[in-house]
Amino acid sequence: MEIRLNGESRFIDKVTNLSVAGLLEMEQVASPEMVAVQLNGEIVDRGTYQNTMIVDRNEVDFLYFMAGG
Amino acid sequence: MVQLTDTQLDRYSRHIILQEVGPEGQEKLMNARVLVIGAGGLGSPIALYLAAAGVGCIGIVDADVVEISNLQRQVIHFSSDMQRPKVESAAEKMRAINPDIEVNTYKIYLNASNIQEIISGYDFVLDGTDNFATKFLINDACVMAGLPFSHGGILRFDGQTMTVLPGHSSCYRCSFRQPPPPDAVPSCSQAGVLGAIAGMLGTIQAAEALKFITGAGTLLTDTLLTFDAKNMHFRRVSLKKRSDCPLCGENPTLHELEEGDRATCDLSA
Repeated sequence: MEIRLNGESRFIDKVTNLSVAGLLEMEQVASPEMVAVQLNGEIVDRGTYQNTMIVDRNEVDFLYFMAGG
Repeated sequence: MVQLTDTQLDRYSRHIILQEVGPEGQEKLMNARVLVIGAGGLGSPIALYLAAAGVGCIGIVDADVVEISNLQRQVIHFSSDMQRPKVESAAEKMRAINPDIEVNTYKIYLNASNIQEIISGYDFVLDGTDNFATKFLINDACVMAGLPFSHGGILRFDGQTMTVLPGHSSCYRCSFRQPPPPDAVPSCSQAGVLGAIAGMLGTIQAAEALKFITGAGTLLTDTLLTFDAKNMHFRRVSLKKRSDCPLCGENPTLHELEEGDRATCDLSA
C-alpha cells in the first residue's frame, strides 16, 4: 500500500494489518510518548494505537514534542 | 496614535516603506504590548528583534541567571553577564538597541497562580520556555484569557512553531493534549541543540508577533511549521481546532490551570 508519512509518499509492502503502533515501530520511533500521531487530519488517541489501522492512501503525521527553548 | 518624530521616521524607515506596514503599522508596533516568556535561546532573538522593531512595551519573564552553557545560543547575553539575572541582562541590551521602548522585567517562574496576572494587559505572548509544564501552562492561560500567542520549541537540529488565536484557531492542546511523561523526555544535556536553531525559530516567532500587531500577511494559525536543519527541510503540517480538545473543544474538561512538573527538559543545564 501507499501512504503519505510526514508529507512524503511511502510504499509499504509485506505488511498486513498495519496499526499506528506498528508504524511507529517500523519507523523506529524511539519514544512514542514524544510523538502525537495525526491520521487523516485527526489526532489518534494514545490508548488506541494498537487497534487503529492504517490503510492505503492514509495520511500520517508524526508531531514531535519539542520542549527546548 | 503617536506621531512619528523625524528620528523615528529614520529609525523605522525600512518598516515604513513596506506597503503592508507603513507609518500606521509602525504606530501600531509602538503602541503594542508584547510579553516574551523565557530569556533563553528563543527569547534572545525574539526580544532583540521586538526591541529593534520598536514594540512600545515588552515584558520579559525568566527566573534564571546567565550561565556559561547558555552563551552558545542565547545571544542577548554576553560573557560579561555571567551570573546576572537573565531579565536584567536582556533588558539592558534591549534598551541599548532602542531607548524608545519600555521593558518590564519579571524575575520569576511562571505558575498556575501568577501567570494570569502577568499576561493580562499584553496584546501578544511568545513562548520561549524550555519545559513542557510551562508550555502547556502558557497555552492554557492564553486560551482562557483569549490572548493570542506563539508556541515555539527546539531540540537538537529541529524546531517547531505555531501561532494560536484562541477561539479561532487550533491550540497546542488540540494536537499535543498533555505533557509527555517526564521519564520519556530525554535529558537535554544528552539531547543538545545546535545554537543557530534557536535563532532560526525565534526570529520566525518574532516575525509572527510583528505580523499580528501590524496585520500584515497571514499568520501561522492551524499550522505547525517544523524544520529539520540537518537537511534544511521545512514543512507545514495542517492542524485544526478539535471539537474534542480538552481545553478549547465543545466539552472542555480543563477549567482551571494545572500545576505541572517544570523540570522536564532544561536545555540550560
